[in-house]
Amino acid sequence: MRGVAGMIRSMRRYLRIYGRLAAASVRSQWQYRASFALYSASQLVATLAEFGAIWALYARFGSLPGWRLSEVAVLYGISNVAFALAEAGARGFDVFPGMVRTGDFDRLLLRPLPTAFQLAAHDVQIMRVGRLAQGAAILVWGCMGLGIGWDAARLTLLALCVVGGACIFAALFVLQATLAFWTIESLEVVNIVTYGGNQMAQYPLTIYRPWFRLFFTVAVPLAAINYVPLAALLSRPDLSGLPAPLNWLAPCVGAPFLAACLLIWKLGERHYASTGS
Amino acid sequence: MAQIEVRGLRKSFRAPLRSAGPFGALKDLLHRRTRTVEALKGITFEIDAGQIVGCIGPNGAGKSTAIKIIAGIMNPDGGEATVLGRTPWADRIAHVRHIGVVFGQRTQLWWDLPVIDSFALLREIYDVPRREYEQTLADVVERFKLAEVLDSPVRQLSLGLRMRCDLAAALLHRPSILFLDEPTIGLDAVSKLALREAIRDWSAERGLTVLLTTHDMDDIEDLCRRVLLIADGSLLLDGAIDDLRRMSSARRTLMIDLAAGVANVELEGAELVRREGDRLWLEYDPEQVATHELIARAAAAFPIRDLTVADRPIEEVVAQVYRDAP
Repeated sequence: MRGVAGMIRSMRRYLRIYGRLAAASVRSQWQYRASFALYSASQLVATLAEFGAIWALYARFGSLPGWRLSEVAVLYGISNVAFALAEAGARGFDVFPGMVRTGDFDRLLLRPLPTAFQLAAHDVQIMRVGRLAQGAAILVWGCMGLGIGWDAARLTLLALCVVGGACIFAALFVLQATLAFWTIESLEVVNIVTYGGNQMAQYPLTIYRPWFRLFFTVAVPLAAINYVPLAALLSRPDLSGLPAPLNWLAPCVGAPFLAACLLIWKLGERHYASTGS
Repeated sequence: MAQIEVRGLRKSFRAPLRSAGPFGALKDLLHRRTRTVEALKGITFEIDAGQIVGCIGPNGAGKSTAIKIIAGIMNPDGGEATVLGRTPWADRIAHVRHIGVVFGQRTQLWWDLPVIDSFALLREIYDVPRREYEQTLADVVERFKLAEVLDSPVRQLSLGLRMRCDLAAALLHRPSILFLDEPTIGLDAVSKLALREAIRDWSAERGLTVLLTTHDMDDIEDLCRRVLLIADGSLLLDGAIDDLRRMSSARRTLMIDLAAGVANVELEGAELVRREGDRLWLEYDPEQVATHELIARAAAAFPIRDLTVADRPIEEVVAQVYRDAP
């Protein structure tokens, strides 16, 4: 029992510190209000244009084979809300390669907190609300258009999808940053699975080639947080071809995927300590 | 008992060799070549509680590597280190709770926030009880004269003030050991004096152990009774500042102001090292020629208006030692 109480205490401490650090980031950004407003607005416009493209596709060609616009909107919404949440929390990992180059990462090592936690709490950006707001709006619109009964189970599943998706995108940011422990070269190539993954997840998986589907189901399990659970939401198990319980449980892969990436992060940190560069 | 014990610490790095030319980067990508740099070749020392120890050495000599290992942000290849009974790199989080670190070149404060907000965040991070924090805060504010700047954003502070805030920030969790990496770099004379005073007083009153690296010999003369000289990965000297003087030849400088334009300034037993108009700097070895003897010779040789005898500036001593280092 002592162990559990201690764990709860340290969890609460971490949450409190995360809150304080996030609030500090927001206060820092608030010093540059104009930049904040412009960035949020430009993000909103950019992401609206993105969904506009999907809408235009439907207006012109009627439909993707077998897919209604509201269903695509749900896929799109889950992916973008998850991505926006991950981006807000994982911004520190985004700037991490620069911190290694300048030596600022050493400062994090001098504080009595795990480095991954400090990076997650570093420079939390609420400017990204643009993508979040737009993704959420389209998600709600899509959900209402599905014409299904929204019971507690389905709402929970939807929340799990968003959380699981945020975990996966965050894990990808962590993975990308981890590479900087080994090389200071630019790692834009990983954007293929982060930004590219978000783009991919906005469309139904069936429109892609089999190898591509397999990659985003097994290697980077993005399909598990929107395409597969959509089968459960719509009560159409034929969509995923999996046993029904799996459709419901699929979003849970997000957390272990993130945990695995954090373990790789630990390896990177150990490597850094022995090379110092 | 010693607070810091270091035995035979070794560390080497593999540095990539870069090819020149327009296709150099491509060539390196296909065929990586590295060379091994031995940053530390086995250094050993101990530091007791309450000491202020200065660590000097040429750039790239290994002193930052040594500090990084002791501070817990790097593993050595071999050797041992114990700081407050812990191995720093094995138990990083427990270790850093009890040390404070200030880098002269970068701040650990939040750039856009008022100083007091940074302090409050550090209280959370180090989990300092509120009562204890408030007491320490009152102490550092009074001691480092920070009352007026607490509400200013860090980016608006002068470098001197910012360094004092950084020092205060590193002391809020009441560390037993303070590491300072070039704390006075870039500061004006007044700020340097203020910072040194703060460090000296705090250490004297609370028995704080301080290990600092610097290139400013005045830091060493003002603060440290003990010097570690690291050059080329080895500990060349562990002793008092006078031992450092004795390491190079014990030469002194005789500065003479001549009365009028004298062309020939040769003097037996001394070497003319510099001349500006009527002012001469002559170096000599007091073992070879006694100071009063040399002054008598000079007085006989040219019309003198004034003269002073000085130890060689410590900078020159250090430069000499660095040059002579293997």
